[in-house]
Amino acid sequence: MREVAIVAFAQSDHLRTTDELSEVDMVMPVLHQVLAQTGLKASDIGFTCSGSSDYLAGRAFSFTMTLDGVGAWPPISESHVEMDGAWAMYEAWVKLLTGEVDTALVYSYGKSSPGSVRDVLTRQLDPYYVAPLWPDSVALAALQAQALIDAGETDETALAGIAARSRESASANPHAQVKGSVPQGDYEVRPLRKGDCPPVGDGAVAVILAAGDKARELCERPAWIRGMDHRIEAHSLGVRDLTDSPSVRLAAERAGAFERPVDTAELHAPFTSQEVVLRKALKLGDGVAVNPSGGALAANPLMAAGLLRIGEAAARIHRGESDRALAHATSGPCLQQNLVAVLEGDTR
Amino acid sequence: MPEVLKAPLVVEFPFTRSLGPVQSAFLTGLRERTVLGVKTTDGKVLVPPVEYDPVTADELRDLVEVEPTGTVTTWAWNPGPRRGQPLDTPFAWVLVKLDGADTGLLHALDAPGPDAVTTGMRVRVRWAAERTGAITDIACFEPYEGAAADTGPAAHDGRFDDAVSGIVAEARLDYVYSPGRAQTAYINALADRRTVGERCPSCRKVYVPPRGACPTCGVATTDRVEVGPAGTVTTFCIVNVKAKNLDIELPYVYAHIALDGADLALHGRIAGIPYDQVRMGLRVEPVWTEGGRYPDHYRPTGEPDADYDTYKELV
Ligand SMILES: [Zn+2]
Repeated sequence: MREVAIVAFAQSDHLRTTDELSEVDMVMPVLHQVLAQTGLKASDIGFTCSGSSDYLAGRAFSFTMTLDGVGAWPPISESHVEMDGAWAMYEAWVKLLTGEVDTALVYSYGKSSPGSVRDVLTRQLDPYYVAPLWPDSVALAALQAQALIDAGETDETALAGIAARSRESASANPHAQVKGSVPQGDYEVRPLRKGDCPPVGDGAVAVILAAGDKARELCERPAWIRGMDHRIEAHSLGVRDLTDSPSVRLAAERAGAFERPVDTAELHAPFTSQEVVLRKALKLGDGVAVNPSGGALAANPLMAAGLLRIGEAAARIHRGESDRALAHATSGPCLQQNLVAVLEGDTR
Repeated sequence: MPEVLKAPLVVEFPFTRSLGPVQSAFLTGLRERTVLGVKTTDGKVLVPPVEYDPVTADELRDLVEVEPTGTVTTWAWNPGPRRGQPLDTPFAWVLVKLDGADTGLLHALDAPGPDAVTTGMRVRVRWAAERTGAITDIACFEPYEGAAADTGPAAHDGRFDDAVSGIVAEARLDYVYSPGRAQTAYINALADRRTVGERCPSCRKVYVPPRGACPTCGVATTDRVEVGPAGTVTTFCIVNVKAKNLDIELPYVYAHIALDGADLALHGRIAGIPYDQVRMGLRVEPVWTEGGRYPDHYRPTGEPDADYDTYKELV
């Protein structure tokens, strides 16, 4: 199989509101940074793929506006997923594997500030039996958290510990939205307190992929994608075991994550309780650095937070802080859909 | 820099959704205070029922009736009900395994407080007073003292008089929309009866209305320039269909207008000339109505038509 690597990664600062910025204003600096890292021009890129959601913007075809930022005229080879950018990266990876192109630019962004994320996310639920009840994202995560507590797999103290560790790690991340010591606060939906929930914010992310020698030329230590897979579970929460994530386990297995231990795991767990599920399903030992960036509890720009995990994991390999990393992205209520990528640096 | 503009934006759609045979039976059943499930090939009872097995993808049509009583399998106390949720007083979200079912149904539980809710507690359906064939026909669950009935689910043919075949799924989301820096400047200038665009620092093209970036160069367009007021019709169409809430006499002309100094044509309505006399190259200028924040339409300036070569790049 053709070797493909992440050779560059850039992100915006993640902020509660960015009223003065249109989507393209928010995305463009990130695109310029990621191109500058490789010395590539927009016209050098073989394929461009982006992820975003019209439901966040409240407008149809909102992603077309950000295309101005990539220089879409004269025409480029471009695609878009109405999903987190991690899935856009999956599409780009497949495109590179076909041998049709040697480089790809992948970006995604989310401006959550114009609307109410808790209401917006209800619109992704089953429209017949569930969405008419308007159960918000925090409520559904709280049902999962209670199921974990009842099963004896965690408790509120342990969840608070995950929140504290994540925000502490985020202190070293200049782009994070919430960092340092943050009080757990009151219950949002019991058993989840404010500190167990992700911040709502705006942000953007971009990565560049390259194949084979091109990757070596563009990056001193490319983060080779050894495998990537994504799996989904039933939409009805009542048929799933909320204390487990068979889809993430299967995706990890197919991505080759269990072939050798990883030293780093960037997990897209917007709620503390979801980290408990993911650690178990991915069989992560105590020696693995989990979310050294602070993870989604420190910054959760919707549609970007998953690609951010992949980018953060790749950046650790670029910097020589990791040799083999697992990156995870999720979508849907209670970890319904999961994507896993396994990244490696060349042996030193 | 002046404050960016902001305005409320409400997105509302009444999605009309049709139901298959299983969903139709389930929702009609709720209207008749009957809860139906569906049996999977390996004998499990799914409530709410689905048409295809989530594990094997087998087609499922074998309906059964389960009890309106059940057991809470997990719960979450919601101290602040939000718009559209089943109760407007604090309540518990619950997954309930109804007696006779093997899976959980998501709904709300009316209870005095979180101390009154536990996993494993017994609950029963509280029916809505008015039922239409929707999941909201279950108003909520309420605590119930009785033990589970030990009879299994009963077979049910799923037939009801006047079965519902569809639902209207109302969706409303509220936003505060901001058009960002470039369009704020454009809109504010229009209110002063001026049209401003932005020039690309790289290719020097002037974009009107500006969106903040040059699609050719992929860079920010920050250099603001005034264009117009007059311009040239580059192309046009004659509209014969009346839009909802639009008080304009038919037919009318909608045109692309390249304002003087702009490298992109914008859209506008042409008036002050019979519709069948509008032509490419016609010179026009914007007309603001009393108190209008943007041009109502464009009218002929009376100048000679522009030569095709002067606007052919903008057609
Ligand atoms: Zn330009």
